[in-house]
Amino acid sequence: MTEATKYTFKDFASDQEVRWCPGCDDYVILRAMQKALPEMGVKKEDVVFISGIGCSSRFPYYIDSYGMHSIHGRAPAIASGVKLANPDLSVWVITGDGDSLAIGGNHFIHVLRRNLNLNIILFNNEIYGLTKGQFSPTSLIGQKTKTSPYGNTQPPFSPGELGIGAQARFFARIGGNTPKEMTQLFIEAEKFQGTSLIEVLQNCVIFNDGCFTKYTDKAVRPDKQIHLEHNKPMLFGKDRDKGLVLNGLKLEVVTLGENGITESDLLVHDAKEPDPTLHSMLVRLDYPLATGIIRAVEELTFEAREDALTKEVSANSKFNKVDDLFFSGETYQVK
Amino acid sequence: MATTIKNSQPEILENVVIRFVGDSGDGMQLTGMQFTDTSAMFGNDVATFPNYPSEIRAPQGSLYGVSGFQVHIGSVEISTPGEDLDLLVCMNPAALKTNLSALKAGHTIIIDTDSFTKKNLEKALYASNPLEDGSLNNYRVIEVAMTSLTKVALKDMGLDNKSITRSKNMFALGMVYWMYDRDMNYTLEFFAKKFAKKPIIAEANSKVLKTGFYFAETLELIPNSFSISPSKMPKGTYRIINGNQATAWGFLAAAEKSGLELFLGSYPITPASDILHELVKHKHFGVKAFQAEDEIAGITSSIGASFAGDFAITTTSGPGLALKGEAIGLAMILELPLVIVNVQRGGPSTGLPTKTEQSDLLQAMYGRNGESPLIVIAASTPANCFDWAYEAARLTLEHMTPVLLLTDGYIANGSEPWKIKSIKDMPPITHKQIKGGDPEKWNVYDRDSVTLAREWAIPGTKGFEHRVGGLEKDKTTGNVSYIPENHEYMTNIRAEKVQRVQNSIPDLKADFNDEGDLLIIGWGGTFGSLHSAAKQLSDEDYKVGHAHFNYINPFPKNTAEVFSKFKKIVVCELNNGQLAFILRGKFPNIEFSQYNKVQGLPFGASELTKKFKTLIK
Repeated sequence: MTEATKYTFKDFASDQEVRWCPGCDDYVILRAMQKALPEMGVKKEDVVFISGIGCSSRFPYYIDSYGMHSIHGRAPAIASGVKLANPDLSVWVITGDGDSLAIGGNHFIHVLRRNLNLNIILFNNEIYGLTKGQFSPTSLIGQKTKTSPYGNTQPPFSPGELGIGAQARFFARIGGNTPKEMTQLFIEAEKFQGTSLIEVLQNCVIFNDGCFTKYTDKAVRPDKQIHLEHNKPMLFGKDRDKGLVLNGLKLEVVTLGENGITESDLLVHDAKEPDPTLHSMLVRLDYPLATGIIRAVEELTFEAREDALTKEVSANSKFNKVDDLFFSGETYQVK
Repeated sequence: MATTIKNSQPEILENVVIRFVGDSGDGMQLTGMQFTDTSAMFGNDVATFPNYPSEIRAPQGSLYGVSGFQVHIGSVEISTPGEDLDLLVCMNPAALKTNLSALKAGHTIIIDTDSFTKKNLEKALYASNPLEDGSLNNYRVIEVAMTSLTKVALKDMGLDNKSITRSKNMFALGMVYWMYDRDMNYTLEFFAKKFAKKPIIAEANSKVLKTGFYFAETLELIPNSFSISPSKMPKGTYRIINGNQATAWGFLAAAEKSGLELFLGSYPITPASDILHELVKHKHFGVKAFQAEDEIAGITSSIGASFAGDFAITTTSGPGLALKGEAIGLAMILELPLVIVNVQRGGPSTGLPTKTEQSDLLQAMYGRNGESPLIVIAASTPANCFDWAYEAARLTLEHMTPVLLLTDGYIANGSEPWKIKSIKDMPPITHKQIKGGDPEKWNVYDRDSVTLAREWAIPGTKGFEHRVGGLEKDKTTGNVSYIPENHEYMTNIRAEKVQRVQNSIPDLKADFNDEGDLLIIGWGGTFGSLHSAAKQLSDEDYKVGHAHFNYINPFPKNTAEVFSKFKKIVVCELNNGQLAFILRGKFPNIEFSQYNKVQGLPFGASELTKKFKTLIK
């Protein structure tokens, strides 16, 4: 990545017709990505998108870079292979709640544990879209779907909670209807050295329309979401008069000016704190819903560990070519 | 210290089969390997067959905890680990009970009498002591109180009791070294190296080995009546290699020859894990060996690495192959290079993990959804796993379609001398990666007119950005296509691409006779057994040929022609007739007899010759 080619979003649009349902948040995510990519300082030929199966996983077809639409749930493992083969690439995993948390749950937790420098965008719509409306691992209790006509009885995962439990070093959450912030998050995820997990609350207009409206609707958003920024006080609300404090082991919403509370009493967001306790509490928070970069703790990446070890082993090895190995040790002559 | 010789056995043999048997903690595998290596260094041809339980430490003394290592050495060509034993070295009653039937009548058993306690006899379900009840009268029994003698030898070394008794296997080895006139130096050097950080253990093992050796010599209890002279093998530098190591090294050679980095995505599974164990050592060659979270991640990480330009492989055994099925289909439709190694074991399900079988052939050929043919090849001896791994690499990289390489537990764990190949003597491998050119004149699924292979444009190559996927794709651009005619065209061309591999592989040959009364057919790891049996019949002037398949999909071009020269054909497999099933489909006008065995064990030469003789009549 030496020369800085200046791209525009058009450079990352493929010639394929986009085939998502009209009004789907996937269009927003695609556009945000096409806008973010030119800002990342990466060459187009070094960008790789890997997806699994599901509506979201059609994404790579629409980005003009290298891409693979693979099989259900396996994108994190395929992307790991891509990154290990060539650590210079900018690797993106595109996945959904069914793809990554149900059929691909194992790969999802292990890719986070290993901490390769790649980015995962999890389109969470709390439903199976492509298979037409069954409940997913993030569907809510009681949710009526094709496979839960009387209401869902399986408690959901929270992607952030599961992710941080699996040692995600970077976790961010964003509403599917906030493209500007989303673009910025994608750029931040690429900058971050390690696995970045971004959960997009993505509305499915056909099978689960409005599932996030109570948080994401423009009218309620400032009051129902807290957009976290590193080193900034945890402040939210249309009038910027609400905030978060710690009360014992619980986060509590307070109003500035009430009971003598001032801004200096509020928690200050530290995304870089290695201890995940507060980040997990923020992830679990229902009111306000935490968005933005909740956790960003850099640690040596898997490929960096591998690279260092390879250099060390190579420096101490007496084998340069395979012949050195084949003819080493216990050989004997037949005359 | 009762040591008796009940029979004498004055024989000079061209080849000898020895089996070391004991508890799974008795170190029989190590003992056997040491004897093998020493014999190979001496110049004998060798073949080995380890046979051990899947439990790591089964209850001591139990029948199912018996671990054995069989070695066949000779001054003549050795192609199998042998069948009937000339010498059985027995460390406990359970080992005697489970192995005695393999010993030739009148031949020798060395027994550690210290282990023949009431408790151990009960565990081995002996009603009476076989050392006393006359049941061993037909054998030459050498009773040695090995454990006690080992204790005496090491009494002043300050070792704990466990360390002392653990070295009794070296007492047995020392005795066998003396019997067969072997040099102890190789093993003594092995101890010095292996226990460099624990010199006292090296010293103890050396001492016990020598004690066993001198015990046999000084007391003249065993007439040193045979010496196996060096065999006439082609000149060159050799080493002893087992099939899994040879497989791993074949891939190392292919990576270096092709100029690509080797990526292995794998998940531990018996008996394939040793390939992973070997390749993780070789970071200095740029090998990226990735232990994944499961079988599926093993293969899919390899698919990712292949997409990104590495020479990628994945290794597994039967159950793992089942899990990888969907991903193999992906690699196949993407038309990326990938080698899948299946070290077969007894199945179905978990089956017999440590035993051998050839029952994954149909899974290898057809175990995927949709029309998804692969190149399927099989190695047939421990040492030629090297060549077949290399050939798998050549085929996948030149033809841009996955190759499934079959080996099995028998050849994977068996070892034999390998005349070491230098990389410069290996055939070239030309991969299809493009590093530049005019992207405007390039399409993702443009094909070589001869092989039908597409070109391999990898991320990082400017102007060649493209998308691939598991959905059916347009025959040129690779974009998603649901057009009916396009799907049929792509299905056919992917199959045709595999079929055209016929043009780059050698003809099938029948050994011994290329026409006659009976053609013996086999594939993969049964080569040695079938070869021996065919040789024996041929020596007796029977008109038999042996044609062994290494290329299974596609078959060599001249297959039908080879078949047509024989009156009868018998297909021998360690399964219930999977190759026979395929052959009947491909050659419906030819009649195939079968000989099958599914006991988790290799064929024995005598069962084969008996069967073949009845077919010739």
